[in-house]
Amino acid sequence: MQQVVQEIKNLSIGFTSKKGEQISILKNISTTINKGETVGIVGESGSGKSTLALAMMGYVKHGLFTISGECIYQSNDILKMKNRELENIRGRKIAMIPQNAGQSLTPNLKIGYQIDEALRLHTNFQKEDRDVKISELLNKVRLPSPETIAKRYPHELSGGQQQRVAVAMALAGSPDLLLLDEPTTGLDVTTQAHVLELLNFIAKDTGTSMVYVSHDLGAIAQVSDRVIVMYSGEIVLDGPVKTILKNPIHPYTYGLLKSIPKLTLSGLPNSMSGSQPQPGTIKEGCSFYDRCEFAEDKCKINSPELEFVSELNSSVRCFNHKKLHKKKDEDTKSSKKVLRKLTKNEILDISSVSISYAKQKFIEQLLNKIDDTNPTVKDINIKIDKGETLALVGESGSGKSTILKSIAGLIKAKDGIIKFDKNKILSNDLKKRDANYLRAIQLIFQNPDESLNPNHTVEEIVSQPLKLYFGLSGNELKQKIIEVLKKVRLGEFYLTRYPRQLSGGEKQRVAVARAFAAKPDIILCDEVTSALDVSVQAAVLNLLQELKVDFGTTYIFVSHDLAVVKAISDRVAVLYQGRLCEIGPSESVYKFPSHPYTEVLLGAVLEPDPDIKPKLVAEDIVEEKPPEKGCSFQGRCPRLLGQICKTDVPPWQIDENGNAIRCHIKINDLKNQQISN
Amino acid sequence: MTLVIKQEKPKSTFSKIVEIISTMASRPSGLIGLIILVFHVTLAITSPLYAPHDYKAIDPSLMLQAPSSEYWFGTDSLGRDVFTRTILGGRTALTVTFFGSLIALLWGGALGIFCGLVGGKIDDVVMRIIDAFLSIPWILAMLLIVSLLGTSTIVLIPALGFFYGKGIVRVARAATHDVIAKDFIVSARARGHGNFSIIWNEILPNVRDAIMVEGAMRWSWMLLGFSSLSFLGFGVSPPTPDWGLMISNARGLMSFAYWAVLAPIFGLSSLIIGINLTADAFAKALGIDRSTKAPV
Repeated sequence: MQQVVQEIKNLSIGFTSKKGEQISILKNISTTINKGETVGIVGESGSGKSTLALAMMGYVKHGLFTISGECIYQSNDILKMKNRELENIRGRKIAMIPQNAGQSLTPNLKIGYQIDEALRLHTNFQKEDRDVKISELLNKVRLPSPETIAKRYPHELSGGQQQRVAVAMALAGSPDLLLLDEPTTGLDVTTQAHVLELLNFIAKDTGTSMVYVSHDLGAIAQVSDRVIVMYSGEIVLDGPVKTILKNPIHPYTYGLLKSIPKLTLSGLPNSMSGSQPQPGTIKEGCSFYDRCEFAEDKCKINSPELEFVSELNSSVRCFNHKKLHKKKDEDTKSSKKVLRKLTKNEILDISSVSISYAKQKFIEQLLNKIDDTNPTVKDINIKIDKGETLALVGESGSGKSTILKSIAGLIKAKDGIIKFDKNKILSNDLKKRDANYLRAIQLIFQNPDESLNPNHTVEEIVSQPLKLYFGLSGNELKQKIIEVLKKVRLGEFYLTRYPRQLSGGEKQRVAVARAFAAKPDIILCDEVTSALDVSVQAAVLNLLQELKVDFGTTYIFVSHDLAVVKAISDRVAVLYQGRLCEIGPSESVYKFPSHPYTEVLLGAVLEPDPDIKPKLVAEDIVEEKPPEKGCSFQGRCPRLLGQICKTDVPPWQIDENGNAIRCHIKINDLKNQQISN
Repeated sequence: MTLVIKQEKPKSTFSKIVEIISTMASRPSGLIGLIILVFHVTLAITSPLYAPHDYKAIDPSLMLQAPSSEYWFGTDSLGRDVFTRTILGGRTALTVTFFGSLIALLWGGALGIFCGLVGGKIDDVVMRIIDAFLSIPWILAMLLIVSLLGTSTIVLIPALGFFYGKGIVRVARAATHDVIAKDFIVSARARGHGNFSIIWNEILPNVRDAIMVEGAMRWSWMLLGFSSLSFLGFGVSPPTPDWGLMISNARGLMSFAYWAVLAPIFGLSSLIIGINLTADAFAKALGIDRSTKAPV
């Protein structure tokens, strides 16, 4: 019998609505966390996964309360403990690593002091021992030269380093249980892979139990032994990681896995219809009924109980799980990708564009010049054909959004020319641009919460471009708005809604509708799916694809997610530190030979499959600014050739698939090296 | 988290106002504030119709009478009826400060939004000037203005409006700064909207609440400020009844004719409390007070 660290019995947590109804956010959760086990809790936003993790620490958010059940740690219910008693457990026995370490570290205290504080509170070490322990902890989380790191302030560290410090602080009290709330969500792909690998190592090394809360099945697949899938405040599936991800017997998990874009597949993933119900709206029946493709009449009236399936060692909350168990994955290979009509009809020509964030000196301001030999974005040459989807890929700081903004005219380019429709030069000053060109290029932003005015109704939001560009008004305007909304699959009754009354996917649809209302030729998509849940992401990608077929719109699609990019794009450009590394048709960019940076990125992609481990080929150092000369990737390159990489800018080489790579290594050598790995 | 309601009727401005007022009245403090405010406003409008005595009738034979059935709040040192003067005493103060706050709201809000939007050098310069004005004790400056230009309402309203608008500039600017970095502003810029359209359509709906609440708060401060001026003899000129002036006149006789000073004090303080409670409830009804916002 395994040793149990924490046992949760029948836990329900909820709040009282304005009408006085009791609404549950967690419904009858029962589970156990065993010693040395890593449990992944997966679910979309609003599924109650964070509430559950916080309850494990004996914390219930303000406004929520425990309706029933208990959370037992060392034979005591920690939800009933007084603050005094909790102080001895929190941090010491049960520690938490928050999502955004940058915000959870005190900005004006040095790292060493903050870890020392954790040690002072949670251990009985003396001052001298604590100093040794600090170095030990920083070493354990693999931070280079612990002594220097300890003397730094949080803002002097990169995101990945901050997250490592948070891990070190959590480990200070040698806890029995470590709760991680989306610990890698804000990090770059390569950093994320490194942090996950570190967490895996720590779990094995210290034997600490971990509860890993995430919406990212890829990350969960890498760290967990067991996975709990949550939906609408209930556990719908609970079992070993391999069974859950390879043979999901709950329709929600089944659909969710199918809606994730994967590197191994081509084309767009299937999307799931609908969205998670709001708490309190489901009174009877299965909470997944509305979205379930296997639903039967009985599902509407009866709520299924969690049932243990011994042959799979899993628990599932579904009447029809046997059907799914037998179902073969016949349709996962469906390719929805629409082949691009090969029209060589250039619509946008970006030539030798450089963008600098350097502050102008007074004289330069007068001369309207920027003197910066090492600009943030340099020497970008891309030609885009009509109806093409070009993706710009790179980690944060790669300049992909900057390029997008300069195409939109929001940032002035220092050098270079952007030509629209063959020969019309777009001014780098927004105010000097012709209204027709402004209309032709529309933006869709990452987070619809920020890009939609919270005090405007959907009608007002969509009417903005129609009024501005086409001067519509009255009934004509209203008809046009309804027509545009229909195109993004939103009904007429959405007109009077405010953004806060819409779900994440609906909000992004409104943003898409606003962009399409201008009848644009080019749509710039800035990480349009990163803020969305997985099941919604697929639906938005499918919508964009359909609209492209209907209107022949050209997309420039910025993303850090290589799998999403593969699903939607025709051509991919990989950027590092504001310089192009590789550009080519998406099929060939994802194949070898690749630029070493593309190779690093591809290696770090987390697939929702526990058998595919990420390949970590380079360190996750963060470079503050691009090197003055030579190759932009010289600082992190795993295939550094020698001095030439540091002095000369590498030449463009084109392989047989039309894939252009900027590297000093001969293209065939590169291919051989990469394939032999 | 707002629960999604399937078919929602578009709300008219009128129904929105009704909803806000009913939310305000749903809390005891808000209800009390509203009742006091409505009472004072009604009193100020209708009091001349039923004032029992002539507010300026001086009668030396009736000096400092204690409250009686004829003179409910007694009489003052000149034999005038304190009750009559008290119910009439808020009229000038309410009118001057109401329009004063409106002016403060308009210029403070407009300048604040403008500074927040343009930023840079202009913003720096304007804000330093505002800071400089904040460092001048307003009452000294007011005394200077009043002694130069006189104490008519035409002078008092804009002068008070100016001095109480400085704080609103800062609030409006800060609120604009919160909004300005959001993508919907960037989106409007990228579409090619002009500055005026961005202010009117995108910024104003998002900062309006904060500015209005600040204006309501300023109103009660201005009322106190105006009464202080009257108290010092620079506000309303006698014989017009005014609480500040009444307090000033009667304070020397407080030890044996407390009624003459208590009545205007009660009038002034209840109105200020009423406005404060209402402004608080107004802020909460608009969801500006973060501490009581619904957690989910």
